[in-house]
Amino acid sequence: MTTTTITRRFEAVSPRRQRIMGAVFLFFGFFIFWQFARPVDTNLMTTFVMTPGGLDRGFLGNWILPAQFTLYFLSIITILLGMYQFLVGFGKYTNLVLGLVALMFIFSFLVFSAAGKSLNLGGMLSNMILLSVPITLGAFSGILSERAGVINIAIEGMMLVGAMVGSLVGSLTFNPWAGLAAAVLSGAVLAWVHGVISIKYKVNQIISGTVINIFATGATSYISAKFLQEYSHLNNTPTFGRAPIPGLADIPLIGPTFFNTNFFVYAMFIFLIILQVALFSTRWGLRLRSVGEHPKAADTLGINVFRTRYIAVILGGMMAGFAGAYFTVGSVGRFDEMMTAGKGFIGLAAMIFGNWMPIGAFGAGLLFGLADTIGSKLSILGSDIPPQFMAMLPYITTMIVLAGVIGRGQPPAADGVPYEKE
Amino acid sequence: MDENAKKPDAGKVFLEESAAADARKRGRQKQINQSILIPALAVFSGLVIGAFIIIFTSEEVYAGFSQSIGAGLAASWKTVATAYGALFEGSFGSPVRMVNAVLYGDALEIRRAFNPFLESLVVSTTYIFAGLAVALGFRVGLFNIGVEGQLFIGAAAATFVGYSLKGLPPFIHMPLAFLAGGVGGAAWGFIPGWLKAKTGGHEVINTIMMNWIAFRFTDWLLSGPMQRADSGGMPISPWILDSARIPQFFPAPIRFHLGFFIALLMAYLVYWLLFKSTWGFNMRTVGANPNAARYSGMNIFRATVIGMSLSGALAGMAGSNQVLAISRNMAMGLSSGYGYDSIALALLGKSHPLGVVLAALLFGTLRNGATNMMVVTGIPIDIISIIQAIILILIAAPAIIRTVYRVKPPRETDVVFTQGWK
Repeated sequence: MTTTTITRRFEAVSPRRQRIMGAVFLFFGFFIFWQFARPVDTNLMTTFVMTPGGLDRGFLGNWILPAQFTLYFLSIITILLGMYQFLVGFGKYTNLVLGLVALMFIFSFLVFSAAGKSLNLGGMLSNMILLSVPITLGAFSGILSERAGVINIAIEGMMLVGAMVGSLVGSLTFNPWAGLAAAVLSGAVLAWVHGVISIKYKVNQIISGTVINIFATGATSYISAKFLQEYSHLNNTPTFGRAPIPGLADIPLIGPTFFNTNFFVYAMFIFLIILQVALFSTRWGLRLRSVGEHPKAADTLGINVFRTRYIAVILGGMMAGFAGAYFTVGSVGRFDEMMTAGKGFIGLAAMIFGNWMPIGAFGAGLLFGLADTIGSKLSILGSDIPPQFMAMLPYITTMIVLAGVIGRGQPPAADGVPYEKE
Repeated sequence: MDENAKKPDAGKVFLEESAAADARKRGRQKQINQSILIPALAVFSGLVIGAFIIIFTSEEVYAGFSQSIGAGLAASWKTVATAYGALFEGSFGSPVRMVNAVLYGDALEIRRAFNPFLESLVVSTTYIFAGLAVALGFRVGLFNIGVEGQLFIGAAAATFVGYSLKGLPPFIHMPLAFLAGGVGGAAWGFIPGWLKAKTGGHEVINTIMMNWIAFRFTDWLLSGPMQRADSGGMPISPWILDSARIPQFFPAPIRFHLGFFIALLMAYLVYWLLFKSTWGFNMRTVGANPNAARYSGMNIFRATVIGMSLSGALAGMAGSNQVLAISRNMAMGLSSGYGYDSIALALLGKSHPLGVVLAALLFGTLRNGATNMMVVTGIPIDIISIIQAIILILIAAPAIIRTVYRVKPPRETDVVFTQGWK
């Protein structure tokens, strides 16, 4: 267990997996070639608008591509990558290349769908980041708690309560900061309950999480039906609007996407850095992870397993409450029943997909955010893929990851096992 | 098969012997007392805490306390008494009205007076199916959180058979549609079961993911291939044909139907399967101690896959029941969280079919009564979810109940159902 950081990596690429991945790449390549490139009319151009609508800074001119040529080019690159993977293999970079291939496939789809039309790619990018915020923050919440060995499937419930409390307190105080603080606090309280049930009373953590989800659904719907719908002034919080960062917001494309957006996006990046450093480069993080991997050994070395787990779970709950606040004080300013709509569970999926790593979860969050964005654009693009199928993508990919087809993730060894002090 | 039948003998005898010895040592009577006492106290505590929530969220109570403490207490009592009175009347009917109706002998009035009680049985029916699904899973050591999704798929399958096959006689069409739901649910349960047995992918995550895939999938079905022609864009299925409907016993206002008895039959079948058949013994052994099962030569792969599929089948039948007997078409609002409540139910019933039936009757009664409570007092029905969550906590952590009510623990503590992600 001293070699945690080493065993944490994906296992070495087996020849069988190398062949499977190669075949997958080749499939993508030929799919682009046959389904996207060939049917497109030779003369059509795809116009990508690179500035999100409604902005007055960070302009970038439109990007006009010859559709068919671009698609052939992308398909050939993908096929070449696939052949290399099939015959030689990219070794430890396999997943990176897989990501690249997936991106090229998505881009090809966009070029194909928008051939002869124009598509606001800049808007899509900034939308993708926004939609990934609750997913990524939810995943961070899960990472904090599961790295210390406590499974948390109640992220959804904590987010829901955070959203409701954020809206309620924000409306009462006319202050989004107060709403945010209350949301974080409410997440902490629920997480504390989760901690007491699962750490102190050693109840199965999945049951405990289910309880919190049922309770959160019931409590938020109850308060919403009894008060929020009755008195609209209780459900009308001021929100964090667009907050451009001076100077940086004027950079073309990057400015509108990253530096002229919601406060929660900045917070997500800050949390990403803090978590990645705190968990993997500090003594605190090492101790927290050791509690999640081998609590007995940690206890022997004088680490207080129970306290560490409580802290981790409560920090995770605060993160989930923060993520929940995004739905109300971060965007629309009012709470609706069940408004998180499964984002907490997608966060759980992103955590697994990202192999319990903050940076991985962030990547997965972006991917799932992109799936969301494309899903909402499908009908505009005139595609016959039902948006519901796009919405399934995060869940299906997570199941594929869990099945170990594209490298198996490694959960903390003591995840879900209550610690029994002897 | 022959080999399998011979091999486990030694292990079986050993297990049976040790289990019997255990039971003798503990004294069966005490154990049975506790397994009834703790759930009863949990339900009682849940209702008490629910009463406090009603008091704390009632405007009349605050108005009363602003006058004097006495008025406040009186208002609190009145609020709770009205609410729980309405709850009782909604679940069982008004005793006075029942007696009068029987005395006057008016058939319609008798039906109306007894309708609340029968309606409680109607709500319980779906709970019985869903609770059996979770309980069966627990017995095989599988945590099926996917009941909600399996219920949706089952309902979709039953609906499809129910409206698309024309010209069949009722005694063929109805069972066919009902079983179609079971098959749909079984398929949805088979996937995570197979993934668990084959790749070790944890069924909790996979069933959560399958839930959301099911929601998106049925949403697509109802707004695409299965949409009613005149629905005006709403995601609703066509009406189920009369021949596929589960018959109701009484004229219109009373919805009490044959499904209730099918549910009881299923409960008996599950009991027989688990406790009276060799298959069931194998499945329970795999659930209680996979290592012992493996050493005695039982087929864990088969038990896992079959267990999960059967669990899914029962969940699918809950969906069949819901559409064929009650709503008679399918819409997205078909389940009000039956799948999640059923986890509470299975725990409350100690994963025993008889216990599940009793717990389902309790939950069905509560939920049905809460509808009346909402109409009479304006207290949102979601209070039931809160009460259920509290009951679930107390059942899962009996230590809390024991501390509060000073119940002595049994000599041997219950085996807490725990597992990690692996």
